[in-house]
Amino acid sequence: MTGRVEGKVAFITGAARGQGRSHAVRLAQEGADIIAVDHCGDIDTTNYPMATEADLAETVRLVEALDRRIVASHADVRDVGSLKTAVDAGVAELGRLDIVSANAGILSNGQSHELSEDTWGQMIDINLSGVWRTAKVAIPHLIAGGRGGSIVLTSSVAGLRSYNGVSHYVSAKHGVVGLMKTLAQELAQYSIRVNTVNPTQVDTAMIQNESMYRLFSPDIAEPTREDFGRASGATILLPIEWAESIDVSNAVLFLASDEARYITGVALPVDGGALLL
Amino acid sequence: MTRRLEGKVAFITGAARGQGRSHAVRLAEEGADIIAVDLCGDLAEVPYPLGTAGDLAETVSQVETLGRRIVARQADVRDQPSLDAAVAEGVARLGRLDIVCANAGVNKPAPMLEMTEPTWLDIVDVDLSGVWRTCKAAIPYLLAGGSGGAIVLTSSAAGLKGYANIAHYTAAKHGVVGLMKTLAQELAPHRIRVNTVNPTQVDTPMIMNESMYKLFCPALDAPNREDFAPVSQAMNALPIPWVDARDVSNAVLFLASDEGRYITGVALPVDAGVLIK
Ligand SMILES: NC(=O)c1ccc[n+]([C@@H]2O[C@H](COP(=O)([O-])OP(=O)(O)OC[C@H]3O[C@@H](n4cnc5c(N)ncnc54)[C@H](O)[C@@H]3O)[C@@H](O)[C@H]2O)c1
Ligand SMILES: NC(=O)c1ccc[n+]([C@@H]2O[C@H](COP(=O)([O-])OP(=O)(O)OC[C@H]3O[C@@H](n4cnc5c(N)ncnc54)[C@H](O)[C@@H]3O)[C@@H](O)[C@H]2O)c1
Repeated sequence: MTGRVEGKVAFITGAARGQGRSHAVRLAQEGADIIAVDHCGDIDTTNYPMATEADLAETVRLVEALDRRIVASHADVRDVGSLKTAVDAGVAELGRLDIVSANAGILSNGQSHELSEDTWGQMIDINLSGVWRTAKVAIPHLIAGGRGGSIVLTSSVAGLRSYNGVSHYVSAKHGVVGLMKTLAQELAQYSIRVNTVNPTQVDTAMIQNESMYRLFSPDIAEPTREDFGRASGATILLPIEWAESIDVSNAVLFLASDEARYITGVALPVDGGALLL
Repeated sequence: MTRRLEGKVAFITGAARGQGRSHAVRLAEEGADIIAVDLCGDLAEVPYPLGTAGDLAETVSQVETLGRRIVARQADVRDQPSLDAAVAEGVARLGRLDIVCANAGVNKPAPMLEMTEPTWLDIVDVDLSGVWRTCKAAIPYLLAGGSGGAIVLTSSAAGLKGYANIAHYTAAKHGVVGLMKTLAQELAPHRIRVNTVNPTQVDTPMIMNESMYKLFCPALDAPNREDFAPVSQAMNALPIPWVDARDVSNAVLFLASDEGRYITGVALPVDAGVLIK
């Protein structure tokens, strides 16, 4: 049986760990080669470490173990030059581009009026403008390929409803949904489809950290993963604590594959029904 | 590689032809056995012929050719006992129930003021109440199975936006989205997921008939499929006149499979960008 994205090439940002790594592995399992980028450096407005060089190397190992090719490099979604260099080099080596997963993102928190200019600014620069830059450097390759393509932007449930204490994140992720819709309009003529995935809490380093535990359990002195699980689960309709990266990857795979060849302009929640609560 | 629905059983209404047959075949390709029902008869208020007993027999033959089992019965979604009997017999023969596709539907275009009460009532009875009855017949078996389940209701792009001259259909299909959200809430504790698919025009006899051609091409005397195509395409963002039944089936498959295990309460457009055009 041939893979569901056999022979295609996917460009993924934030691919060193978490959902980005999971997307790389899942798409590779279904036959895609990968262009992977990550900043591999900490961001001073977040309370948790970003991915490392070693994390990105592990993504490379996992994809190569599936007998797929991967071109991995450092790039910062705040720096369009670094993204362009990475995607151009990847396409030169792998021969084409079909799929884009704009996944890199950060999380920080604070009441709107207490956010610093820097915390607000970094959030918009990475989680919204970084997605636009990712699309900007990739789209010329998709158009040049002449075979259409699929762009999947990672938004969030926070792109479709608000959460108290993360107005910058909510604004950026709503912005990603808006960007997706305009891109879908602009690119339909090339048969390039653009959609978002909108996950609820996903079990990655972005939320499995002390700062998030405190945000979700303000009444507990030293909240644990278990405390967080209960609080997180209470925001989700299905009886689960959070989704796994693989669940988001399966949605990305579906949207990226030809099975979704006529799906565009859609925000697809992977949220256990969180939006209905 | 194991198939995506190995060992599951799916109940599908309106399975004699069109999208319902396509769903039966696609789910069977991925390992599911099928309980198929159809009215197999015409409706006075519907200006095009519906599926026939011969059509349903063809669905049976296509599923059996794939090496899967199928229990096919005549049933009317306006008649609860006929649905109850079909599901009871299907589950008795196939041993379980995991997936429900409430797909049967009809349409009869008419401007609001020319729409008669019988027309309104019939369309709403089949397209909205028929979906509720289908769920009512099936849910007890999903609950009894104790292993969750997936219900996919067929709404339409007309379940998310307005279309002139089909007020009853638009109201019914919006109603299906509302029903889906409430069912998702009620059934989440049992890990039963409920979603809709919302297609744009699909290449089936529901739209490939004279009354539809006339609706879309009012200036022409005897419009045909070729006249209809550019008018239909102008509504979509992607450069295609309509989607194939198989495109909707692929979305149903994704939602029904464990790859969608945390997706519930979602209206998934398969609409070539109609909603963002
Ligand atoms: N984890 C969740 O609960 C959750 C929920 C909804 C949406 N999301 C979104 O999913 C995406 C992936 O997050 P994750 O959960 O895998 O978290 P993660 O922190 O594990 O992964 C994010 C990755 O992005 C990289 N990155 C951060 N800033 C970058 C920059 N400027 N340039 C390049 N790479 C950068 C990080 O190094 C890291 O590898 C993010 O967009 C996030 O907002 C996460
Ligand atoms: N074709 C489109 O453009 C389009 C677009 C959006 C949504 N839909 C929806 O998709 C679904 C499937 O339609 P299709 O396109 O395959 O059309 P279709 O007419 O080919 O199939 C509909 C099937 O439902 C059966 N049916 C009708 N009334 C019934 C009843 N009372 N009880 C049992 N079975 C009954 C018919 O016999 C027929 O086999 C419908 O709900 C329709 O509203 C269709």
